[in-house]
Amino acid sequence: MALLEIDRLQTHFGTPDGVVRAVEGVSFNIEEGETVAVVGESGCGKSVTAMSILGLVPQPPARIAGAIRFAGRNLLDLPESEMRKLRGNDIGMIFQEPMSSLNPVLMVGRQIGETLRLHQRLSRRAAESRAIELLDLVGIPEARRRVREYPYQLSGGMRQRVMIAIALACNPRLLIADEPTTALDVTIQAQILDLMRDLKHRLGSAIMLITHDLGVVAEMAERVVVMYAGRKVEEAAAGDIFANPQHPYTRGLLGAVPKLGCSLEHSERSTLAEIPGLVPSLRKPIVGCAFAGRCPKATQLCRELAPAVEEKAPHHQVACHFAERKFPT
Amino acid sequence: MSGPLLEVRNLKKHFPLQGGLFGSVTGYVHAVDGVSFTINRGETLSLVGESGCGKSTVGRCILRLTEPTAGEVLLDGQRIDHLSPGALRPLRQRIQIVFQDPFSSLNPRMRVGDIIAEPIINFGLANNKNEVEDRVSGLMDRVRLPRDAMRRHPHEFSGGQRQRVGIARALAPGPDLIICDEAVSALDVSVKAQIVNLLAALQDELGLALLFISHDLAIVEHVTHRVAVMYLGKIVEISDRRTLFASPQHPYTRALLSAVPVPDPSVRRDRIVLRGDVPSPINPPPGCRFHTRCPFVFDPCRTAAPSLRPIGKTEQLVACHLSSDAAFGQSNAAQLQTAAASKNAPLHGQKRD
Repeated sequence: MALLEIDRLQTHFGTPDGVVRAVEGVSFNIEEGETVAVVGESGCGKSVTAMSILGLVPQPPARIAGAIRFAGRNLLDLPESEMRKLRGNDIGMIFQEPMSSLNPVLMVGRQIGETLRLHQRLSRRAAESRAIELLDLVGIPEARRRVREYPYQLSGGMRQRVMIAIALACNPRLLIADEPTTALDVTIQAQILDLMRDLKHRLGSAIMLITHDLGVVAEMAERVVVMYAGRKVEEAAAGDIFANPQHPYTRGLLGAVPKLGCSLEHSERSTLAEIPGLVPSLRKPIVGCAFAGRCPKATQLCRELAPAVEEKAPHHQVACHFAERKFPT
Repeated sequence: MSGPLLEVRNLKKHFPLQGGLFGSVTGYVHAVDGVSFTINRGETLSLVGESGCGKSTVGRCILRLTEPTAGEVLLDGQRIDHLSPGALRPLRQRIQIVFQDPFSSLNPRMRVGDIIAEPIINFGLANNKNEVEDRVSGLMDRVRLPRDAMRRHPHEFSGGQRQRVGIARALAPGPDLIICDEAVSALDVSVKAQIVNLLAALQDELGLALLFISHDLAIVEHVTHRVAVMYLGKIVEISDRRTLFASPQHPYTRALLSAVPVPDPSVRRDRIVLRGDVPSPINPPPGCRFHTRCPFVFDPCRTAAPSLRPIGKTEQLVACHLSSDAAFGQSNAAQLQTAAASKNAPLHGQKRD
């Protein structure tokens, strides 16, 4: 049994202008200790998927259907009191904006200790000394002094380290990281990615990494789920996705990413591959394949019938009518 | 004319910090501290660096959106940094800007057609309404916007299309130079590629010069002719694209390049992970500003600030004591050699077997 099983998850939002279908039947699993990247552009539903797992999407206006099984229990059936025991304890979360997700009027030590006092019933003093240990673990120098500082006294990279310390305080079995390095500079991003890799080896948590940066995916992930317009379009091992992408959207995305070192291959400036057109609106139900409007290979079939997610090669799922089947015989 | 289109000489911008009861000046943020470069006609110069390095301030100082503290800005050999607002106004036609955020840089109450027409009317570039409309539709074709967009408002468009409106507005007065201040940073990957290609195509068609301000080195490598790398208000390295990406010389440039994640899991690279954070520009460190994080730091770095010097006979300029071979006496030779040896370790990584 996988640690996390997402089964035909649907998250729809009722708005005055109609229903927005943010997530439309997404299924994937995360095994114990595994790093899975969920990739896609803004509005593809990757963050809403994470929020749905954590029960942070208020219902109404949202309507969630399907199942999210964490260690065998369906989180969608749990009462709020049970979810509170899970959040921050078994499932940790790192958000994109370290400034807006820390409380500006509380010392960072208290914010790290809060989780420990709530879930592990530590005393105030024990929580503080554990907070110092955690700040040490995430590589903040002079942890003993920093624990009594406020978020505004820390730089962006340090704040993200504090967020990681909070998320890891109770040794979660699953860590959800939503664009953990997007707001950071590249040299600081390199530090944080190194830290996350190192901590994963030491603590063995599974990581669900949500990002739009394929470079970060290549460095961190073991398996990749590609999302488009609220749907999963492809899932495979990280090496497979990059070496052998099957869905036209995945191929387009990989082609559109500028690669460092291109000037060594072409002395002239090169044009980037584009994906023409725009993401379809999620306010109207999409008939046929969601990518058909932008796909170079789309046919009448694609415009009429939505392709199912199928295993087209061992451990390689694609939602495309024209993806080749490749099974070793 | 043979000279450069734009020349910036020793540009400085120090923002005063006010504190205390009566708001007296307690210090200065050294946002830009002595920056010089040139841009030729039809050329792209990229200004790269991390947040707070002063790259956007340079762009704003050229346009006088921020008043520079010291230094000179020359357009076609003519100084424009001390002109009065009235005298500068006609020259603004020749330098335009595209901002990062296409959501806040367009007036939400104006129709797209009016936004693009505004510079044409302001500079008196058309004689009557029909001429304005012709020019606007010409510009919309140029940036590949549908004609029916003219009567709609910015909120009806996606980020990429709004950025096209911003580009059309910048093109409207027929400029020689466009400053792109993180113009593609807020866009999604697939849309980013569209806008980057559009900018390159426009440059080829119209012979525009671009000052491309960005933190994204991979994008820069695709669009640029020359690159200047900034750190804490100073340029640490400047050279043509190929040389910079093939043999970066300044340790900061090398660290920056090695920190960019490469979208290919089969490539393994030796990463130079810099320790710590960028120091505060209120009290920049003495000597070389990078010495607090530099893995190759040695004594002279802590006291003497290195100046930009050419490497050999190339046009690559580097501000690093390690690269200026003749700058120090024989006593440092051994130290230099070991440091230089480790500095030249392979950067771009090798394919795994």
